[in-house]
Amino acid sequence: MEMFGKKRVAVIGAGMTLFRRNLKETGKELAWEASSMALDQAGLELKDIQSVVMGTAPDAFDGVHMKGEYLADGAGSWRKPYSRVFVGGGTGVFTIDAGWWHVASGQFDTCLVVGEEKMSSCYPHPAYAFTTIFDPIYARPLGVTLIWIFALEMHRYMHVHGIKKEEIARVSVKNKRNALDHPCAQLGANITVEDVLNSEVMCWPVQRLDISPTSDGAAALILASEDVAKKLTDNPVWIDGVGWCIDSTFWTNRDLYFPQYVQGAAQMAYKMAGIKNPPKEIDVAEVYDPFDYKELHHMEGLMLARKGQAPKLTAEGVTQRDGDLPINPSGGLLGVGNPIAAAGTMKCCEIFWQLRGEAGKRQVKGDPRTGLAQAWGDLMQYGSVVIMRS
Amino acid sequence: MRDAAIVGVGCTGFESVTPDISYKEMMFEAATRAYQDAGNISPRKDIDAFISVAEDYWEGFSIFDEFVPDQLGAVLRHLFTVSGDSIIGLATANMLIKTGHFDVVAVESHGKPSDILTLYDVVSFAMDPILNRPLGGHPFYVGGMEMNRFLCETGNSKEQCAMVVAKNKGNALANPFAAYGADTDVEDVLRSDPYFYPLNKLDISQPSDGGVVIVLASDEVAYKLNDNPIWLKGVGWICDTPSLETRCWSEAVYARMAADMAYKHAGINTPSKEVDFAEVDDLFSYKELQHMEALRLCGKGQAGTLTEEGVTSLDGYLPVNPSGGMLGMGWPLEASGMQRLLEVVLQLRGEAGSRQLSDVEVGVAQSWRGIPTATGAVAVLSNC
Amino acid sequence: MSEKIKRFPGEQLKGADIREGRIPSVKHRPNVKYLWSTGVAMSRFLEGLKKGKIVASACRKCGRIMVPPRAFCEQCFKPADEYVPIKDTGTINTYSVSYVAGDASRIKEPILVAVIDIDGASEGMGILHLLGEIDDWKQIKFGMRVKAVWKRPEERTGSITDIKYFAPLKEG
Repeated sequence: MEMFGKKRVAVIGAGMTLFRRNLKETGKELAWEASSMALDQAGLELKDIQSVVMGTAPDAFDGVHMKGEYLADGAGSWRKPYSRVFVGGGTGVFTIDAGWWHVASGQFDTCLVVGEEKMSSCYPHPAYAFTTIFDPIYARPLGVTLIWIFALEMHRYMHVHGIKKEEIARVSVKNKRNALDHPCAQLGANITVEDVLNSEVMCWPVQRLDISPTSDGAAALILASEDVAKKLTDNPVWIDGVGWCIDSTFWTNRDLYFPQYVQGAAQMAYKMAGIKNPPKEIDVAEVYDPFDYKELHHMEGLMLARKGQAPKLTAEGVTQRDGDLPINPSGGLLGVGNPIAAAGTMKCCEIFWQLRGEAGKRQVKGDPRTGLAQAWGDLMQYGSVVIMRS
Repeated sequence: MRDAAIVGVGCTGFESVTPDISYKEMMFEAATRAYQDAGNISPRKDIDAFISVAEDYWEGFSIFDEFVPDQLGAVLRHLFTVSGDSIIGLATANMLIKTGHFDVVAVESHGKPSDILTLYDVVSFAMDPILNRPLGGHPFYVGGMEMNRFLCETGNSKEQCAMVVAKNKGNALANPFAAYGADTDVEDVLRSDPYFYPLNKLDISQPSDGGVVIVLASDEVAYKLNDNPIWLKGVGWICDTPSLETRCWSEAVYARMAADMAYKHAGINTPSKEVDFAEVDDLFSYKELQHMEALRLCGKGQAGTLTEEGVTSLDGYLPVNPSGGMLGMGWPLEASGMQRLLEVVLQLRGEAGSRQLSDVEVGVAQSWRGIPTATGAVAVLSNC
Repeated sequence: MSEKIKRFPGEQLKGADIREGRIPSVKHRPNVKYLWSTGVAMSRFLEGLKKGKIVASACRKCGRIMVPPRAFCEQCFKPADEYVPIKDTGTINTYSVSYVAGDASRIKEPILVAVIDIDGASEGMGILHLLGEIDDWKQIKFGMRVKAVWKRPEERTGSITDIKYFAPLKEG
């Protein structure tokens, strides 16, 4: 019996909450705020939503086991087909990939995609929860912290390509400045490269202003099949490519200078979207930046820059909002905040708003038609990508 | 595009403890068996996507997704984790295939509750932190409350629930994968210690360790991988509500709605006549009766009578839990749905050994995510 | 954020208000404890450490010697063929200097951490460990040669910490 057919998928609405270190709202309430805003923007009611996908990262932050279940009602999923996907930090963008297959398979005409994180529940500091992501035999007994592994990767990247800290610090300066124009941003600021280089050394070469904060927040998007989208809006944004890829758990066996898993995810998405020359064909990109060097690292993984060349593009201003390849016009995680899963979903929302020309002061120049959002996750392991077109 | 089909299954078996292997080695064994069963495919090139079904707190690691790819052959491939029930994992694999971009998808789930020293504290950790958890207590009291209301409203009896235990543990004696097969009398169950009235000790499944991998393929490649593909005719999944205070306490609404979704796709209008056998969640004995009624395998209040009359036994006309269910096989946490799917596939293939049912064409697998959720999924499978 | 949206939900709280109890809250410390079976591969590794050896596993098909050892080769997707002791010297692949403890508090004496590619294992097969006996961390170089400094046999328990740290290898 013929069950489903393949369908084109559009994003027709998006919403998000403020991102802050401590928000009063519970995880359920944050999910609700973002979801209801997205529904309003799409011109739909909850009864029009046929399926829901929740993306939320470690349960240890919110302090609830099976937290997908706990958050379900906040995410509009009362008596609906609901599933939760979880790929560490990659979750925020992977969630929209998951929403994509709900509609592209033909099984549902609409899907509500939510990214939520309430890190402040982990008391007194979410850093504690991060120790549990490490292998209990060959890493935890050494007292490993999350910052160590980023520092090890950053240092390797700098060493292999001969990149200096000043070149990396420019990303933090750019993104925090971009975030000044984002009304929900946690850490928009006007800082200089010197400020970054003078900031407290956390774990060399990582310094305080190289890092994004821990945050609470939520973001949501509404996906619809082509027929439904065209009835609701003149301006649908199509999801033309999705990609995801995971590398081995043995990260100490890998050369960390290049994120092969991001390249794997990008190749999958580019193939689906028919993109052969990414730096020319992508008009705007939201690239995962929990640390400033990560933006460069991921640009190379996404093949938007050749290996070792991303710092040069940044220095030349190519990645500024008025450059040829704007990267993180939102302000990224460094500027807007990093509620793990919601951050990636926020990036998807940004691409949606950019392609619709609704990004206000953050709008990139020209008429962007093709946008990309990417997230990273697990132990230097996961890449998730989405490509949208208007 | 026609239905997708299950072309490979691999199971490690279910045991009460597995101290000699790590969870990684357990997953590797299940995956190796499944890939061999699926025409000896190589995960390094033949599998388009991998789905791991897991929850952090069952494993004891945050972002459990990190620890998964190597033992499934998914390094630098397209794997992700669904934090849900294994049948939801299967539904996801089905959607991937229906997009037309994936031909072969592997789904994995396992449970190793013997690694958890404080299992029921982990279960409590899933309860609402503001309204429910501060009340304390062993979380299975929620099951007791539901059983009480269910029996009261439907007229099914404690004795009939005890018959479910005797049937399932008896069935499990014929299942080499089962951990807790036993010759149990109804009287044994009724006389066992009261735990969460009206649940007695023997009404409750014991945890077991085990892992299952299933390979799903599009109709275009199914026959290339297995001569006897088992077709996924319909699948549904529903989250009713996380709230204890506002849910229905007698009916398994999630199971009814998920079944309706699955039956609709499968073109089934009268399940009591069109379904040949079913594997349903029986974490607690009464759950089998409650789920039977939610799946419309019988009318409200009739499930206990059908059990008493032997209709749901191996030699009855609507066998339920021929595998022994979880009462017989053990409760493997998120792999519960896999346990149900595995049996349905084996029965439809004719590979169920001494518990083989005769002339079966349509089987239903149903799962529930356990206390404190009201979430579950249903899959309808057929060998034709 | 879209220029069409004018309301930005979320009420910010101050950390001090939370710490000093001015915000209604519920506290819970989960009682979640695990005892993981180490299984075949990790048991060999830990037993080896107790005896003062680093044990790797070998795959005859691709020829890799893998550390940390695993019971299967993830590239060939087949069981590993044997467990072999390898050397306890290696080369620094990458390193860092940490002034922050696991609970985000500051520490005065930095912890030196590194990924060390172990001699005898295949190229790039590194393990995570600490560095010691280094007076000035600026002397650390990529590619520097190091050797494991072990605890005394009676102090070892079968843990990665049976190696206290890796120290610069004195050649000659």
